[in-house]
Amino acid sequence: MCRLLTADRSLYHQTEPWRHPEGAIFRCNGNGAASFAKQSSRGFVLRLTAATMASTEIARQAGEGARAVPLSGHVGFDSMPDQLVNKSVNHGFCFNILCVGETGLGKSTLMDTLFNTKFEGEPTQHNQPGVTLKSNTYELQESNVRLKLTVVNTVGFGDQINKEDSYKSIVEFIDAQFEAYLQEELKIKRTLHSYHDTRIHACLYFIAPTGHSLKSLDLVTMKKLDSKVNIIPIIAKSDAISKSELAKFKIKITSELVSNGVQIYQFPTDDESVAEINSTMNSHLPFAVVGSTEEVKIGNKMVKARQYPWGTVQVENETHCDFVKLREMLIRVNMEDLREQTHTRHYELYRRCKLEEMGFKDTDPDSKPFSLQETYEAKRNEFMGELQKKEEEMRQMFVQRVKEKEAELKEAEKELHEKFDRLKKLHQDEKKKLEEKKKTLDDEVNTFKQKKTAAELLQNQAQQAGGSTTLKRDKERKNFF
Amino acid sequence: STAFVQWVGEKTPISDTSYVGIDAILEQMRRKAMKQGFEFNVMVVGQSGLGKSTLMNTLFKSKVSRKSVQPNVEERIPKTVEIKSVSHDVEEKGVRMKLTVIDTPGFGDQINNENCWQPIMKFINDQYESYLQEEININRKKRIPDSRVHCCIYFIPPTGHCLRPLDVEFMRHLSKVVNIVPVIAKADTLTLEERDSFKKTIREELRANGIDVYPQKEFDEDAEDRMINDKIREMTPFAVVGSDQEYQVNGKRILGRKTKWGTIEVENIAHCEFAYLRDLLIRTHMQNIKDITCSIHYETYRVRRLNESNILFTSNPPDHPAVQPKANGQPEEQPATPQPNGVAAQHEALSHEM
Repeated sequence: MCRLLTADRSLYHQTEPWRHPEGAIFRCNGNGAASFAKQSSRGFVLRLTAATMASTEIARQAGEGARAVPLSGHVGFDSMPDQLVNKSVNHGFCFNILCVGETGLGKSTLMDTLFNTKFEGEPTQHNQPGVTLKSNTYELQESNVRLKLTVVNTVGFGDQINKEDSYKSIVEFIDAQFEAYLQEELKIKRTLHSYHDTRIHACLYFIAPTGHSLKSLDLVTMKKLDSKVNIIPIIAKSDAISKSELAKFKIKITSELVSNGVQIYQFPTDDESVAEINSTMNSHLPFAVVGSTEEVKIGNKMVKARQYPWGTVQVENETHCDFVKLREMLIRVNMEDLREQTHTRHYELYRRCKLEEMGFKDTDPDSKPFSLQETYEAKRNEFMGELQKKEEEMRQMFVQRVKEKEAELKEAEKELHEKFDRLKKLHQDEKKKLEEKKKTLDDEVNTFKQKKTAAELLQNQAQQAGGSTTLKRDKERKNFF
Repeated sequence: STAFVQWVGEKTPISDTSYVGIDAILEQMRRKAMKQGFEFNVMVVGQSGLGKSTLMNTLFKSKVSRKSVQPNVEERIPKTVEIKSVSHDVEEKGVRMKLTVIDTPGFGDQINNENCWQPIMKFINDQYESYLQEEININRKKRIPDSRVHCCIYFIPPTGHCLRPLDVEFMRHLSKVVNIVPVIAKADTLTLEERDSFKKTIREELRANGIDVYPQKEFDEDAEDRMINDKIREMTPFAVVGSDQEYQVNGKRILGRKTKWGTIEVENIAHCEFAYLRDLLIRTHMQNIKDITCSIHYETYRVRRLNESNILFTSNPPDHPAVQPKANGQPEEQPATPQPNGVAAQHEALSHEM
């Protein structure tokens, strides 16, 4: 696996300090060279390749004050990769795949085939009103490796008449996973090492096997997704295309992607042990795949295949389709790189944009620390100030209303008083009138009494004077009455 | 190879002999780790003359101590505790490591050693601080340089009696912020019985003072871990002897100290416990030591630091009431609690207010 590059032969025998262009000094003293030569030449070559290929890295470290020091015996830190791997094995791994593609392109079947498992689920209907994302998590285990696999499916993608907004729910979903991680990272008390990472590590984009070119929906969607997720385009149900058409199709797709500036995931070629296979595979993109969970007997083996009257398409036969290439790249060679790219590139970009959007900036190195906290607090104070201002306003309004109401009430009171006064006067007037009438009546009664008394007196006088006047008296009496 | 794919839930395997290749991720991970290299920062603390430099050189089989780097500098005992850090790039079987050895000359050497652990504490916290600063940047580095002290080796002089007040004070303060591995220095002056009783006394005193040294009981992950770590805890502190001189013993070349009464073989576990220390620090628990630093000590610092910062910044009027009645009589929403996770909450509150 380790190849001898065109190493500078002069380095083998160098005993003088060798000055690296960046200024660091490496010592290859006789001791060092000898001890490494004792090991297999591979060991020495590795050191050299480390020195030449990753010299910039070592120089960077060395430039920060470190110096390369040869060891005079076995120390034992070569077990570090094992210690790291063991820790990860104990923790388990997470891998999240997003399958984007129109209904009926065989997304679920492909997942089943890739992971050799019949995941539950039934084919979706074609009458979805919008695009929803359905996510299922499974726990898989192979030898001692436990994998928490999450498969997210775009349900209803491409089924609507108006597909302008189709990509939106996908983008929102991906962002939501980034957001959840960001929230966890920003917490004060956080548990990052036991956090279940739901960020999408790989997006398999299923292209319909038309044989012509990409649909505009595909281009638009991929363009929106390429800065958020690692896109691996694949041609679905590729047994529908003939070999010659397929080659043309692939070229057309690749050129369309390039001319539209869509950044698809490139298998990494910086690590020399996988550089070759990765760069070969890069040239085979998009992979033309066929999925099948049914087994057919070919020769004396049971293989996954699709049986037609005119022949059988074997899924794992590389001359029939690129399924094996996809599995190789996605799982066996680059799974870790996909996870790393998601974290160090896509997530960082999201985080940076999100924080800048909220108004945070990095302060210069020589100003006070805690840019995030300070900016946050400044914003918070601003917000509190605004809050207080609003409160004041509300309080003023309240006071105003109270005043108005008070004035109203006073008015009403005044009116009431006036009315009362009026009534009172009225009452007094009436009373006065009554009293006058009463007086008049009393006067009349008195007058009558007086007259009566006078009349009686006269009667008595007349009786005493004789009875002749009785007739007169009677007459008078009659006249009187 | 016949690997099988297990499942949880309603799934059925398609083929029992089909290999998916999930376990290849281990190799991928290993490859990436080899390419990136590792970092390890170890601090040595103890009075001068206890063999700290020699032990470092012995552990890493090369001249990594500060004294070896600057051999011509006149050795004088500084008036205060100084912190001197030296970094080395070492490589073994393709595994590259940036090893930083942090020396603390002057510790415990004064007449009055009050608070001599403070510069050390400050240094450790400063490393956490600079990591935190980098972590909260908007534009941050792909790989944040890790200068945090992963492990602090504390050298106990081989008196044979008990811990000195300075030892207790130091370990009591520092065990809360860093992994402490105490060792009995220059243990070739103790007989095996003296050594065992000394160790027992030390363990008692550590327990009595509530000092948790590495591996801390509360961070054992599972039963298997606890079993392994219990064995280590029973041997703490390791009685070590250091040497960078090689001698011929029984036809083999070994590291040792030659005296008139015999040669002490450093890597012979019948002679001293150096090998256990080396295995713990380097061969078996190095990753775990780094993990505890990263996910526990650093997180503790971060929590404290973020909370402190909040108190500092909310020097708003203390009579600012928590709840204000609105004009319509309903209580106002509590403003977002001052935490970075309130960043989102603040966002929400703003939208509510608008």
